[in-house]
Amino acid sequence: MSQLEITGLRKHYGSFEALKGIDLSVPEGEFCVFVGPSGCGKSTLLRTIAGLEESSHGTIAIDGEVVNDLRPRDRNIAMVFQNYALYPYLSVFENIAFGLRARRVADAEVNRRVGEAAEMLGITPLLDRQPRQLSGGQRQRVAIGRAVVRDARLFLFDEPLSNLDAQLRDGMRAEIKRLHGEIGKTTIYVTHDQIEAMTLADRIVLLREGRIEQEGAPLDMFERPRTRFVAGFLGSPQMNFLPVEAGADGLVLADGQRLPRPLNASGATGSLVLGVRPEHFSRAGEPVAGEGRLDILVDLVQPTGTRTYAQFRVGAQEVTAELPAHSVEAPGARLALAVDMARVSLFDADGIALR
Amino acid sequence: MRLRPERGLGLVLRFILALVVLVFFLFPIYWLAIISFKTPDEIFSFPPVWWPEAIQFANYAVLFKDGDVETIGNSLFIAGASTLVATLLGTMCAYSIARFRTGGNMFSDWIISNRMIPPIVIVFPIFLLFVALGLVDTYIGLIMLYTAFNLPYVIWMMRGYIQDVPVELEEAALVDGLTRFEVFRKVVLPMVRGGLFATAVFTFVFAWNEFIFALVLTRNEVTTFPVQVTHYFGGQSNLWAKIAAMSVLGTVPIFIVVAFLQRFLVRGISLGAVKG
Ligand SMILES: Nc1ncnc2c1ncn2[C@@H]1O[C@H](COP(=O)(O)OP(=O)(O)OP(=O)(O)O)[C@@H](O)[C@H]1O
Ligand SMILES: [Mg+2]
Repeated sequence: MSQLEITGLRKHYGSFEALKGIDLSVPEGEFCVFVGPSGCGKSTLLRTIAGLEESSHGTIAIDGEVVNDLRPRDRNIAMVFQNYALYPYLSVFENIAFGLRARRVADAEVNRRVGEAAEMLGITPLLDRQPRQLSGGQRQRVAIGRAVVRDARLFLFDEPLSNLDAQLRDGMRAEIKRLHGEIGKTTIYVTHDQIEAMTLADRIVLLREGRIEQEGAPLDMFERPRTRFVAGFLGSPQMNFLPVEAGADGLVLADGQRLPRPLNASGATGSLVLGVRPEHFSRAGEPVAGEGRLDILVDLVQPTGTRTYAQFRVGAQEVTAELPAHSVEAPGARLALAVDMARVSLFDADGIALR
Repeated sequence: MRLRPERGLGLVLRFILALVVLVFFLFPIYWLAIISFKTPDEIFSFPPVWWPEAIQFANYAVLFKDGDVETIGNSLFIAGASTLVATLLGTMCAYSIARFRTGGNMFSDWIISNRMIPPIVIVFPIFLLFVALGLVDTYIGLIMLYTAFNLPYVIWMMRGYIQDVPVELEEAALVDGLTRFEVFRKVVLPMVRGGLFATAVFTFVFAWNEFIFALVLTRNEVTTFPVQVTHYFGGQSNLWAKIAAMSVLGTVPIFIVVAFLQRFLVRGISLGAVKG
């Protein structure tokens, strides 16, 4: 049974509609990530689940019980905020114990559970400190500890790592994933970072302007985006979008070069958009009949160490290809690239993927 | 930035300057205090006596014997009670305004505008009201009045302090299982503690010093300390000994309150300006 069931959820702020009908069900134990561009309604959805915002329409059910009219405290949810929300006048111990004290848990039990959580997060030596004596990463651990000690039904995270520097973020991300594995509680995690979404999620829910654009397993969404928006949002560097004229026998690019029809797309013709991820390109060998092949003039080379990004133009369009390191040394090189026509996507004029 | 340790002439000059300023401002207080310990002869002798022969408490003894000091008790009770009620009610109002925009955007401006009316303008209507309600010369009358005067100030100040509390702290507490009232008590109050004390001190001092309404609205039952002092200014002569002794007694509670809350005061006043 799904633990969280959202049906027809809408949220108005005055005349502005922040959520325009969300239907979602999250099974028990799943790590579900809400992702999407800034302002798409991720936080609003999360806060509505927590009960910090009231919904205008629709229902939210947890464990089969409709919680729309329950106060946050009665929903038994734990939430971690972006800016940690630690109480500066309480010690780390009391910060972690806060939710237990609120529920009048006995002292011995509080000590035991705070001790366990601190152990799990490696912050036992910090328990007597004040929050202002902690680094950002340590504060984040305390904030997570505060959620972990509670025996909550759902864990909610709203961009918990966005105040940390890049290196710390990688470490904490791994830790959150490990923690979820240990605790196994249903978790909903908001981020606008698609890498975070891809690496953490059992399931990604991609929001756009108050609607769910697509949801699914990370690799599924990455490999079979339903819309051009999804394809562009997931993956870095971004998918390249090339306008093409599609006929029955192939695609004609803006500069006149031809590619065969993608293997997985339907037979639509006319003005379409071809989506090619940088990693769908490779150095071409001897020409093979039916293979996708482009002749290009490299105008920018960006080595990253492991891979090299080569940029070139197709018509007016700037295109990025990801190639092995050292495969291009300098701009001005002429290359033949193979395009993996089994993995590319084709979108119609409305941005819907053709399957 | 660390200040360079001062040494030599600069330090001496600063010290002397500070001393001069201190003497200038403290002299009236010294003079008041010293008069209160003088005998009548010493008070009026010329040239003035800078330090009495013997410190004697006769002037104070009279105040205690005649019961004049009761007025200080009255003032303590009235100022204390109205401060308590005003800060309690005002902080809750401020919370409501700050977090739920109760009364709309202009409400708090309207509230503070009440504080700008010169008191003398409303003395007469208030007097009539008090007569009609039978509140003249009662504790409850003055306590209510001072509470009403101080509420706008408390609401205005506390609203500012509460707005500076990150709303996530409250939301986290709500999710963690607190009721709204518990959030107010366990999150908001600790966060604004400095500001609350600072506001309470000003509220207390206002009620302590208030004169016009106390003069008009009281008779013999609940005379407050400032009103009592004016009784010593006579038509023919002033009772300097009593004025001095009473004034010293009246300064002590304020002195204690401020000394006790000083560290909160400084932090509370600067809290709005410098966020830490
Ligand atoms: N209290 C509010 N009053 C009015 N509009 C609001 C309010 N809160 C959010 N909105 C609007 O609702 C939309 C969704 O906001 P939300 O905070 O959910 O976005 P988000 O996806 O979390 O974005 P971000 O990644 O920037 O945090 C935005 O357009 C925002 O302007
Ligand atoms: Mg957000």
